[in-house]
Amino acid sequence: MTAGLAAAATTTSTGEAVQFWILGTVAVIGALSTVLMKKAVHSALSLAGTMIVLAVFYLANGAYFLGIVQVVVYTGAIMMLFLFVVMLVGVTAADSLKETLKGQRWLAAACGIGFGILLIAGIGQASLKTFNGLGTANARHGGNVEGLANLIFTKYVFAFEITGALLITATVGAMLLTHRERTERARTQRELSQDRVRSSHVPPLPAPGVYARHNAVDIAGLLPDGTPSELTVMQTLRQRGQIRDVSDESLADLKALEQRSGERLGRGPAPDRGPARDQAEEEEEVTQ
Amino acid sequence: MENLIALLVAAPLLGAAVLLCGGRRLDRAGHWIGTVLAAASFVVGVVLFTDMLGKGAEDRALHQKLFSWIPVEGFQADVAFQLDQLSMTFVLLITGVGTLIHIYSIGYMEHDERRRRFFGYLNLFLAAMLILVIADNYLLLYVGWEGVGLASYLLIGFWQHKPSAATAAKKAFLVNRVGDMGLSIAIMLMFTTFGTFAFGPVLEATGETSEGKLTAIGLMLLLAACGKSAQVPLQSWLGDAMEGPTPVSALIHAATMVTAGVYLIVRSGAIFNAAPDAQLVVVVVGAVTLLFGAIVGCAKDDIKKALAGSTMSQIGYMILAAGLGPIGYVFAIMHLVTHGFFKAGLFLGAGSVMHGMNDEVDMRKYGGLRKFMPVTFVTFGLGYLAIIGFPGLSGFFSKDKIIEAAFAKGGTEGWILGAVTLLGAAITAFYMTRVMLMTFFGEKRWQPDAGGHEPHPHESPKSMTIPMIVLAFGSVFAGGFFSIGDRFLHWLEPVTGHDHGHAPVSATTVTAATMVVLVIGVAIAWAMYGRRPVPAVAPRGSLLTRAARRDLLQDDFNHVVLVRGGEHLTRSLVYVDHTLVDGVVNGTAASMGGLSGRLRKLQNGYARSYAVSMFGGAAVLIAATLLMRAV
Amino acid sequence: MNPVNYLYLAALLFTIGASGVLIRRNAIVVFMCIELMLNACNLTLVAFSRMHGNLDGQIIAFFTMVVAAAEVVIGLAIIVSLFRSRHSASVDDASLMKL
Repeated sequence: MTAGLAAAATTTSTGEAVQFWILGTVAVIGALSTVLMKKAVHSALSLAGTMIVLAVFYLANGAYFLGIVQVVVYTGAIMMLFLFVVMLVGVTAADSLKETLKGQRWLAAACGIGFGILLIAGIGQASLKTFNGLGTANARHGGNVEGLANLIFTKYVFAFEITGALLITATVGAMLLTHRERTERARTQRELSQDRVRSSHVPPLPAPGVYARHNAVDIAGLLPDGTPSELTVMQTLRQRGQIRDVSDESLADLKALEQRSGERLGRGPAPDRGPARDQAEEEEEVTQ
Repeated sequence: MENLIALLVAAPLLGAAVLLCGGRRLDRAGHWIGTVLAAASFVVGVVLFTDMLGKGAEDRALHQKLFSWIPVEGFQADVAFQLDQLSMTFVLLITGVGTLIHIYSIGYMEHDERRRRFFGYLNLFLAAMLILVIADNYLLLYVGWEGVGLASYLLIGFWQHKPSAATAAKKAFLVNRVGDMGLSIAIMLMFTTFGTFAFGPVLEATGETSEGKLTAIGLMLLLAACGKSAQVPLQSWLGDAMEGPTPVSALIHAATMVTAGVYLIVRSGAIFNAAPDAQLVVVVVGAVTLLFGAIVGCAKDDIKKALAGSTMSQIGYMILAAGLGPIGYVFAIMHLVTHGFFKAGLFLGAGSVMHGMNDEVDMRKYGGLRKFMPVTFVTFGLGYLAIIGFPGLSGFFSKDKIIEAAFAKGGTEGWILGAVTLLGAAITAFYMTRVMLMTFFGEKRWQPDAGGHEPHPHESPKSMTIPMIVLAFGSVFAGGFFSIGDRFLHWLEPVTGHDHGHAPVSATTVTAATMVVLVIGVAIAWAMYGRRPVPAVAPRGSLLTRAARRDLLQDDFNHVVLVRGGEHLTRSLVYVDHTLVDGVVNGTAASMGGLSGRLRKLQNGYARSYAVSMFGGAAVLIAATLLMRAV
Repeated sequence: MNPVNYLYLAALLFTIGASGVLIRRNAIVVFMCIELMLNACNLTLVAFSRMHGNLDGQIIAFFTMVVAAAEVVIGLAIIVSLFRSRHSASVDDASLMKL
């Protein structure tokens, strides 16, 4: 932490330079992977990394308060909020990196590169050879936090109050947006059980998974004729269309099993038996 | 005293505002409010008049500036009033006759459920007419000019449930627009020529202005006068205007508004004096209208239309006199005033007859009414004697002076004009005698109407007869009062100037000649309508009669020349519009449509595409900033 | 080294974030990229604060953080309710802004 050593210095300490180059590289990599990672969770984690690096840079620039706030609020609270929503929304087709808009990627690249070059050219043009450092500013009120507090509660007090109002509005707004009004009376336990008895599915719904090889929740259980039954998969996954179908694989496995048992028992393969019959017979054989 | 002038206008204006905005709660008192405010205006006029009489002839003119109306650099228009002897004459005529006719209307419109509105319109008319005659500049005069046009339109079409009334109102308005266009052009010419509109500076500057410009201004003023005063060629609206209630015909279309053209010409006398060509046209227009109106008046069986023809003819006399220049100005105004009395009286008499005859207007269905309506008969008869110029009555003095002045014009012109005016006097005697005989003499000719109601002719109520009696007094004595000792001449001379001219014949000869033609006219009428019974159905009549019944084909002329021509012009314009203008417009529209269709592709609804445009825009902005800094 | 380098880094991060907004279709990732852009801005503010030797820059960065927090709350709520009604978190699916 070399800030404030001189009133108007032109260079910082070597330590800070080393730190900048190493952590700066990390930050750029994190940013790039935020954009390029396929899964939203990975993007979120990369972004969290970049933010922590930025927190370190804030500290290096003498903004001690902001550095800590960055870690606590951004990486601690906001990024976790992101992760919650990612969990809630799940993996969707939007995660695919394949571009669907014609020319969008090229335009984006052209604009991005052009914009970056222009920004960097602009910064390069500005005469920013010397800098003052925060030593005197921080020292005036006995420290960085005290200095900020002094400004917030004097010069920026109205802005501060208004941001308070903004936060309250945002909170109420979020509640309003995510709140779902119940339009009908909640059904009682009794009504639910009566409905269930009247419907065709009195016993529990069939379990997912086939033959204990695949017991993942997103794989539909197979009916006796080998077709997958979507009833066996939970409703949320059905709505998202995230059911994996392994019926072909299972049927192939079955066929191999039947062949092996036929070889062992010295029988030829039955010429015109459908897979459903096979399965039924197989089960009979197993029980015998 | 100056401050009273605005009160002249304010009283009827207040009445109009109160009556027209007040709504139904004023229905019971509306006619009294209107009448009282009209009378108030008259009282103010009389007060100003007595004050004016107490001053010397040269400093009688009063001036009141209310406020600056359009104060633009180089374009100054004020709302300012000027009350000199000429204006004073008009003010007394307008408010006096106006008040009488308000009183008459109380009885005449008694059974009309929209009487309050009628009085509101009448008050509006009074206010506008007063503005017209006391304005001190042409622009404010124009305001009054349009105001009386509006009031005339509203009152002609007062019974707008009758299609004929609605059409007549529209016709009057449209024909008047032509004249109004003339006035507005004249005002514009005045502004470009003199740089002002005020009467004083304009009329003083006529000496230093080229005759061509003055002729142009004069002709435009004449066009305006033709429109408002129903002179040839803009005369066609006056006959149809009789569709309005009879008090309206009496006040607006006989006594006051139609004489506004005469006022305009006399007021602008200096312009016409300096533009002899314009003056000649004025005289010709007056002479032609004089005969035209008289001939139309001979053929009409509708009592009001016959009187309308007469009005046209009498205003022709005034215009002719005004066109004679300083010889005739005073007599034009004098005839205007006496005509205001007797013609208003005649119209009120006609209204009284209609009132008693279930609103029948066809004179062939009257006959012998003198026994049933004695007061109406006597007052109408006095008006009749006045208009034909019976010695000693108003018309005798004023018309005689005009005929003398026509002869005094001098040269061939004078002889022709004198002959025309004499001929007009003969025809006037003829048609007025005809009206008189068909209405009040002979056998009764009325029949039960379609509903089986036989008319029961009866005398009108007091509120109607009293104004008629008062006007009859005016018809009898006004002319004599004005002429004896040349009172009227001395009264107006400071404003209009006067010139005796050189009459080639003596005044006595003229009077004698007038008497002779008068007797001839009356005698012919007596021979045709008095000795023989009048047929209840009009005979076919000669070619001239039939043409005169159709207002000497004026509407046919207008239709063929103006309407057909207009239609052809419109059709060719429509063709140009469809092919050329629409082609350009549609072509532009189609190309814009195609362009938009292509541009619409950019609008694909994807937020990311829009974000690219925003981002690109931001990049361009930064580039522009950097460039500006570099430069 | 000069603190100007922080500015270059911030510009780079900002551009990467902006490109991410344009390229990614998952609304959550798009949102993360926006956060990245905000953070890049904060870095410039902090760096300027040091260069000019006063604390106003840090105050602005602080306010940015507050606003960003509010924005995240609302934005994520919108994403959740969008997902509820459309069963998708793709920004391209909400393409109703056309004729």
